Amino acid sequence: MTTPLSPDALAAVCRVIDERRHLDGALLPILHGVQDALGHVPDGAVPPIAEALNLSRAEVHGVLSYYHHFRRHAPAKPVLQVCRAESCRTMGGEALLAHAEASGRCTAEPVYCLGLCALSPAVLLEGEPHARMTAEKLDALLSARAAG
Amino acid sequence: MSALTLYLPRDAAALAVGAEGVAGALAAEAARRGIALQLVRTGSRGLLWLEPLVELLTPEGRIAFGPVQAADVAPLFEAGWPAAHPLCLGPVERIPALQRQRRLSFARCGAVDPLSLADHEAHGGWAGLRQAVSLAPEAIVQQVLDAGLRGRGGAAFPAGIKWRTVAQAPAKRKYVVCNADEGDSGTFADRMLMEGDPLLLIEGMAIAALAVGADQGFVYIRSEYPHALRTMEAALALAREAGALGASMLGSGRAFDIELRMGAGSYVCGEETAMLESLEGKRGMVRAKPPLPAVSGLFGQPTVVNNVLTFAAVPTILAQGPAFYAGFGAGRSRGTLPFQLAGNVRRGGLYELPFGLSLRELVFDWGGGTASGRPVKAIQVGGPLGAYVPEAQWDLPLDYDAYAAAGLVLGHGGIVVHDDTANLAELARFAMEFCAIESCGKCTPCRIGSTRGAEVITRIVHGPAKAQQVQLLRELCDTMVHGSLCAMGGMTPYPVLSALDHYPQDFGL
Repeated sequence: MTTPLSPDALAAVCRVIDERRHLDGALLPILHGVQDALGHVPDGAVPPIAEALNLSRAEVHGVLSYYHHFRRHAPAKPVLQVCRAESCRTMGGEALLAHAEASGRCTAEPVYCLGLCALSPAVLLEGEPHARMTAEKLDALLSARAAG
Repeated sequence: MSALTLYLPRDAAALAVGAEGVAGALAAEAARRGIALQLVRTGSRGLLWLEPLVELLTPEGRIAFGPVQAADVAPLFEAGWPAAHPLCLGPVERIPALQRQRRLSFARCGAVDPLSLADHEAHGGWAGLRQAVSLAPEAIVQQVLDAGLRGRGGAAFPAGIKWRTVAQAPAKRKYVVCNADEGDSGTFADRMLMEGDPLLLIEGMAIAALAVGADQGFVYIRSEYPHALRTMEAALALAREAGALGASMLGSGRAFDIELRMGAGSYVCGEETAMLESLEGKRGMVRAKPPLPAVSGLFGQPTVVNNVLTFAAVPTILAQGPAFYAGFGAGRSRGTLPFQLAGNVRRGGLYELPFGLSLRELVFDWGGGTASGRPVKAIQVGGPLGAYVPEAQWDLPLDYDAYAAAGLVLGHGGIVVHDDTANLAELARFAMEFCAIESCGKCTPCRIGSTRGAEVITRIVHGPAKAQQVQLLRELCDTMVHGSLCAMGGMTPYPVLSALDHYPQDFGL
């Protein structure tokens, strides 16, 4: 059994569904809307989405689990997306990812290219781009963020 | 000094190296000094090693300063932005790396406020669409054919032939879809264009709609590009306001509008049929071809699918004539390509140039060699599915056919430079691992072959029976090349085999 959504979360999911169900190919826009509203797409959002789009829950789950972008659990810490593609890799991106993971100060997620390849290595911290990144600069960024 | 006009990019690459901090410092310092500052936020000129690049408007034109950090701002004001300042680069148009380019699609990018209709008009915007409105649909297609425009997404298929197929397909509804799922490492031209001149892309798509008789368009933008998405969203509203989109495009009586859709972190959705599936709200699984999308594409309807740069080239062709556009280039690769230099390179950025120069010129003359100062070892051209090009091939002309004849791919024009510390066996294994992560799973050579490929490469590097494993890897690659449904599995062997062939020492061979 999936955990039911809190009333607030359910209201947010229903709002997104109502706004976007009329779109052609509405499932991805709805999943994006839910993740934008709640920070992730909880399992409890699947049944109402499936019902609204006349899809099976398996179909919605299949799409949700196919795409790397969709998160099924709320991230505990600030999300740091670290590029692992060739350009960043050749400029120290792998060491940067290892450093981020070891720091325990962020939810480090791999990503394959942020389009900042001339200034590798690059990361997105909570959606904000930072390039020519080093372990020291990353620590400073995370500290500044923690300090608010 | 009582009033000052400055230009500063809002491009994600400029933001990533501190442009927002510079903007804040400029505003604060101007206020402190009682100077009325007009700060125009632009796209990027693409000289990314100079970002954040600040341009100062003077009676003699714009003077560039870069790279400017927030801490440089107060001293620059104090000194009065003098030409003798160490950060001063002189008139921006005369920076050699900009002046020597041939910017057709990126002419406005970095120069104008991307969200100003007045700027757009003043710099030749909508001229291509106006011309298209005055032509019959077949004449538009003919101009695109005559210009020799080939798809810039990587496959280099003649755009005019695709458009003609859609135009001639009988259907109640047709679509124009822009593939902005720019997932290749080392590429950022689509992103820069959408952030720096989004109205150009809209104009190109509108021309395509007139040519094929479509009334609905989609732009599929990857989720890794949140800034491009926001800029495009705002640009669409402006285009509707200007009457370029809507019930009657520029008074033509023809309706066309565009919707934005966001990808969700799937590399294979850059493949056109996987992208169409994704647009339909499904898993991004590749479709078997035929039918071609031009015959049965989005929601089963005839669909033009082109890359951002393909659409962006079209307004120039219409406005200046196909002969003008075809006057650039080499062989059957006509026009210009925005080359993107990345990785371990000193002057990384975007250089729009006619096809035909060599990789050596691009990486050394334009790029200045490696950022690390060490020797260049390998250059990957064409994204993660492109080959590692060894020095023996650095003098080939960069055009689609010369590259294809040598077993290489130009792709989307992304170039990633590696110095002599790179381990090509590791990069080859990464190519297989990446394919395993991103494979849609529909065909076996890609789904299973990628995982087995990574294992075999590990065994070549660490195991005893190297010769046998090398043979196994070659046979596996042969299966992937010939048995995969799309380029994901079909071209992952390019980086793998080129690494093996040209850098065997990295595999312990």
